[in-house]
Order: sequence, then structure tokens, then C-alpha cells
Amino acid sequence: MATKSKAIKISQKHLLGIQDLSISDINLILEEASSFINLNKSKNKKLDILKGKTQINLFFEPSTRTQSSFELAGKRLGADVMSMNITNSAIKKGETLIDTAMTLNAMHPDIIVIRHQDSGACNLLSQKVNCAVLNAGDGRREHPTQALLDALTIINRKKKIQGLKIAICGDIQHSRVARSNIYLLNMLGAEVNIVAPSNLMPKEIEKFGVNMFSDMKKGVKDCDIVMMLRLQNERMTSSFLSSNREYYEYYGLTPDKLRYAKEDCIIMHPGPMNRGIEIDTKLADDTNMSVVKEQVELGVAIRMACLKIFCE
Amino acid sequence: MKKQYFINGNIIDPHNTINEFGGLIIGDKGQLEAVGKKVNTNNIPSREKVIDLKGKYIFPGLVDMRVFVGEPGFEYKENFRTLSNAALSGGVTSVVTMPNTDPIIDNVSIVDFLKRRGRDKSKINIYPTASLTKGTEGTNMTEFGLLQSKGIIGFTDGTKTIQNTRVMSRIMNSASDLDTLIMQHAEDYELAKDGMINEGIIATKLGLQGIPEMAELIIIDRDLTLLNYINCRYHISQISSGRSVELIKNKKNNLKFTCGVSINNLSLNENDIGDFRTFLKLSPPLRTEEDRISLVQGLKDETIDVIVSDHKPEDEEQKRLTFAQAATGASGIETLLSLSLELYHNGSLKLETIIKALTSNPAKILRINKGNLSVGNDADFCIVDINKPWIVKQENLISKSKNTSIENKKLQGKVTNTFVKGEELFKLN
Repeated sequence: MATKSKAIKISQKHLLGIQDLSISDINLILEEASSFINLNKSKNKKLDILKGKTQINLFFEPSTRTQSSFELAGKRLGADVMSMNITNSAIKKGETLIDTAMTLNAMHPDIIVIRHQDSGACNLLSQKVNCAVLNAGDGRREHPTQALLDALTIINRKKKIQGLKIAICGDIQHSRVARSNIYLLNMLGAEVNIVAPSNLMPKEIEKFGVNMFSDMKKGVKDCDIVMMLRLQNERMTSSFLSSNREYYEYYGLTPDKLRYAKEDCIIMHPGPMNRGIEIDTKLADDTNMSVVKEQVELGVAIRMACLKIFCE
Repeated sequence: MKKQYFINGNIIDPHNTINEFGGLIIGDKGQLEAVGKKVNTNNIPSREKVIDLKGKYIFPGLVDMRVFVGEPGFEYKENFRTLSNAALSGGVTSVVTMPNTDPIIDNVSIVDFLKRRGRDKSKINIYPTASLTKGTEGTNMTEFGLLQSKGIIGFTDGTKTIQNTRVMSRIMNSASDLDTLIMQHAEDYELAKDGMINEGIIATKLGLQGIPEMAELIIIDRDLTLLNYINCRYHISQISSGRSVELIKNKKNNLKFTCGVSINNLSLNENDIGDFRTFLKLSPPLRTEEDRISLVQGLKDETIDVIVSDHKPEDEEQKRLTFAQAATGASGIETLLSLSLELYHNGSLKLETIIKALTSNPAKILRINKGNLSVGNDADFCIVDINKPWIVKQENLISKSKNTSIENKKLQGKVTNTFVKGEELFKLN
């Protein structure tokens, strides 16, 4: 990675998606995050970089790991963090997203972190508030900090991304994680394979510059990384798939299928995992191959970096 | 009313196959007395006041077959008065209104109200439709015969589609018995479920649920299969894809039916949605540029009969939402003609083809004596400076709702005057 230069500034006011970022933006975030990795392991984890700043977490969709990760990240940097879970608030009483945005804006936050079930909700919010907006997942469009933490995890293990062969497997159609990762990994020079049954494969995704596979063994062949996605239970009831057991048979990550990948392949998963549906439970716990815990750990560092950079 | 004389205009009247330089004489009752090249200074009494059009165009007043008015129930979006003013500024003098109001136009008692409001508040000709099924629920037919006798011009569930094939076949049988015009908005609900824009790269990129083109195709194909067995006046409200054009072209070889297209689908494509522009959330959705080109070709070879504005006023509150929550539809009656003229200026279509699809073709489908400049008829027409450049601005729109799909678009061609029954009801400042 290039040496850190103070002259480089982020090109965007908001972090709405990977597709808006340049390579130098991404490198800036990854470098900044690297500097927080050791801090997060040390005894005194608190900095005052964001002292006096107000961070509002606006979560319209339930989330455990992303919300706590953002909350912790803000607190470690010294910001005042307020988390709002919208499930019981005014929005349920008919207030629109824009009204909520205006209300919050009047409280002069420095940064708003938003998760929303509708694609593009963060774009709409960003047009209406004065502070920076960080997207913590919008519909099935983007989840940029997840892709960034995945990239940081890969770099930590493999020392590079350029030239790696990476398979993203599972429910691509409904996955914002997949979309953000496709943009990011492509930009950083990886070769990306997409593995999904046709019913969960978004239309014309090949135009993103990825290889499509409906046969998982072919899709993971010679891959350095196998990234599994969470399969939501409702996909069974709405006839996308026949059953959990059939899905596991054809698209679950098992030692048998993993044999086709490279020997030193690592396994990633954005969590929470459905053991026995998309991933074999032993593989999920194999600390040599599975980097799921590292992903969570580095997630805090990535979010600290994003908060710091976009708050400035 | 005084007699009026217009000379030196370019007259296009597809119904009477007139495309010539000449004038109009309008009688004292607002009827057309003479049309064409024979009207010139030589045969007009010299003491009469003559209006020299200096080469501007004269078209029959446009007939727009797909318009949503907010009365009753959604007056805050559009009422008959605001609709007719908006229409006049775009050269539209006759509109077919959709039944998707509150309450829905599905019974005789409400038709009287509608006719009365239309007559009292509107300056243009209003032709109301009623729904095909009660409450547009797709299950029980409305009283086609009784409604027709009250002045309903045709039947459609408007934004909705008859999903049940048996219900559709029975509707067609009744329509056949009663000589009723039925209009279908073709969309299979299951295939289009939760869909917001065209299925494809843009939907994938924006993370929005797509509407596959086959959702439209499958309903058209089904209805035309039924039409093979049951002959009735069947019209497809709007089509959006090249595959639909292809299917309809084939079927027109041995079946009699008609079809329309929205000016939005003729002029825009899915790329225009950009960064979640909710004003371009439309039904049917904007599709690819290839689809758009096929639709233009479909008009050229007369596979497609009419162009509609699909004028659907929505207030700002319904559009300032996330794309998933935002209302569907765009306001478009004011820009229908100007935007259509773009297809002439860029060489895609002949002027006659465009005017035909906006005047005589819809009138023929509706069986109304409008959309023409026949001598003896009401003088409903517009005068158009077809080269005049202008820019669409929300704040200049006359319609009560400002949800135009073409904000800031540069257009060429503007209506300068619109007449209904010989009376000048719109004049450009």
C-alpha cells in the first residue's frame, strides 16, 4: 500500500456506496483503518479525534453487528453517539424519511449513519441534511463498510487483492454485501466469480464484469477466497428455492466443494451465519480457513476510519 | 361569435389526408367552414380581419386516450379545471379519463356527477371511462351496457390488470355483445410483484426489484389468444418493450385490435432514472434504449396506433420518498405534443405519423368525431410553432401537480393557441 499522504482527501462528502469512490478514496480508508487495528487491541482504546462531534445512528432495520460496530467505533474516537431504532418511533406514525431527516438535521449532528430497507434511502437522506451520511446498508443496493472491512480482512491475510480469484456465493439477488464487494474487489484488481442458483442471480450482473456460475464447484475452482452470503429463510416460502437441504446440497459450502478452491483458500461470511444451510458448521469454526471473527474485529477499525475521514 | 379567418398555415389533418399550406374559416357557431389551400386572401372579403399564421402549423385538437384526473377523491392532485387548462396549453382538446378515482368509476350513479363536473369545470371535451370490474378488483364485471348508455366511452381498470383469464374471457364476451371498447393495462402481477423499474442492469445496480418485459408480454399474448375466439373492441393501453411490438405486429396480421404507447416510453429509457429519480417511476416502466427504438419503429409501421400522455398527476409528498415508497406516474399532458415533436425533429418519425397517432387514430378507436378538421365539425384545433425552443420547468407547469418526467429538458415546438368550438381558450404569452 502507498504511504499515507496527508494531501489526499476523500472525494465524496458522503459514503453512500463503493461505486462513488475512487481507488485513492478506498486506499485512504484502508490505510486509516490499518492504523486503528492495533489500537483496538490495546488496553486504552479511547481517542479524542471526534471529541465534541455528534454521531446519530439511524437504523430502520434491525441490526446487531453493524449497529454495535458503528456505535463502538464512534465512542472509541470520542464522539457523542446516539442510536435510534426506528421500529417504534415517529416514522411508524406516518412521518416520512425526509421529515425525520429534517428533525435530526435541526439538532446539528456531524454525521448520520443510516440503515434502511429501501435501496437509495441514504441518497435521499444525504440530499436533505447538512452533515455527512454514512450508509450502513440500503435495501439490496450497497453496504460499503462491509465491503471495505472484507477488503481489509483479505489484505491482512493475503497481503494483496490484485490478482486474487474470489468467489461470492449465495443469495446475490437480495444482497447489498455482494454488490458492494463486486465493485470494490473489481476496482482493486481481483477476479470475481458469482455463484448462485438462477432464481437468486440478479439480471445482467455479468455487465458488472464478473463471471457467473450456477455450479458451485466450477465457481469456486482455484479461488483464493470463498465468500458466503446469508440466505434468508423467506426465500424458501416464496419459491425461490425448494428446501434448505437441497440448497445446502448444491450451494452450501462443504469440505467436498471447498476441495476445488485453492489449498490456502480462506472463507468469509458477513454474518449472521446459517450453519448447515449455506455453510458447514465445522468449516465455519475452522480458524485456519474461516476469517469470520477477523471480519467483525476489523469492521470496527473500518468504521472508525470512515467516521474520522467523513467527519473532517 | 364572429367569423374567423386564418391564412398561411401548414395544415395537417390525417383524417382527411390534408397536408398542405392554407387556411381555416370558422363560422359564427364555432364550426369549421372551410379548410386548406383554397382558403387564402383571394377568397376572403377584404374588410374581414384575417390572422396570418406566417407558416405556423395547424393540427386538429389532440385526443389523449390516457389521462388521470383527481376528481373525485384526489382533487389536490388535479381537478377538471386545472386539467383542462393544462391540456389546452399542450394543444389537447379531448381527453379520456381513467376510472381510478375515489370512489372508483364503476357504477351509474357516479357517472352523472362526473359528466356534470366535466361539463361545468372543464373547457375541453371529457370522455370518461368506467372500470372493467367493480372496485377494479378484477373479479366482478361492471354494467357495461348501462354505463355506456350514460356516456361512458370505454372500460378499463386503468392502472390495474385483469389477472383472471376466465374473468377476462367473460369481459370480452360481454364487450362483444354490447359493442364495448375495453382497454387493458398489460401486466402480470406475479411476475411484476414488488417491481419498480425495468428488470436488468439498472435495477441490479440500483438494488430495485425489476419488472420483466415478459410480465407485459404474457398478458398481451393471453388476451390476444382470447381475442381469437371472442371478437370485441380490444385495446392495449400501453406497451413498453420491443418484444411486445414484435408480438403485436405478428398478431395484427389476422386479428383486429389496437394498441397505444406512452410518450414517456417513446422518449426516455431506463438510464434516465439516474440516481433514484422518483418522477421516472412509471408503469409500464421505462426500458432499454433498444426497446425505445423498437417502439418508435412500431409507430412508424403502424403496429402501434396511438400515443398517450399517461398523464398522472402526483403531489410532491407522494414523490419525495424513497423509490420503493414513491407513487408511480408522471404529469405529461402539457408536454405531450412538444415531446412528440422531438421524434420529428430528430428524424425518427414523419410529422403526419405523429399527428395521426395523437388525433385521428385515437378518435377512430373511440368512435368519436374529434381529432379531425372536417368541414362542419367543431373547430377544435391548435396552432403550433414547431421550431420554437423552450425548456420544461416545473414551476411553469399549469397542471396542479408538478411531477414531470422531463424537468429541464430542452424541447423544440410549442403550442401558441388552442381553440375549442372555435373559441380561443389558450394563447401563449
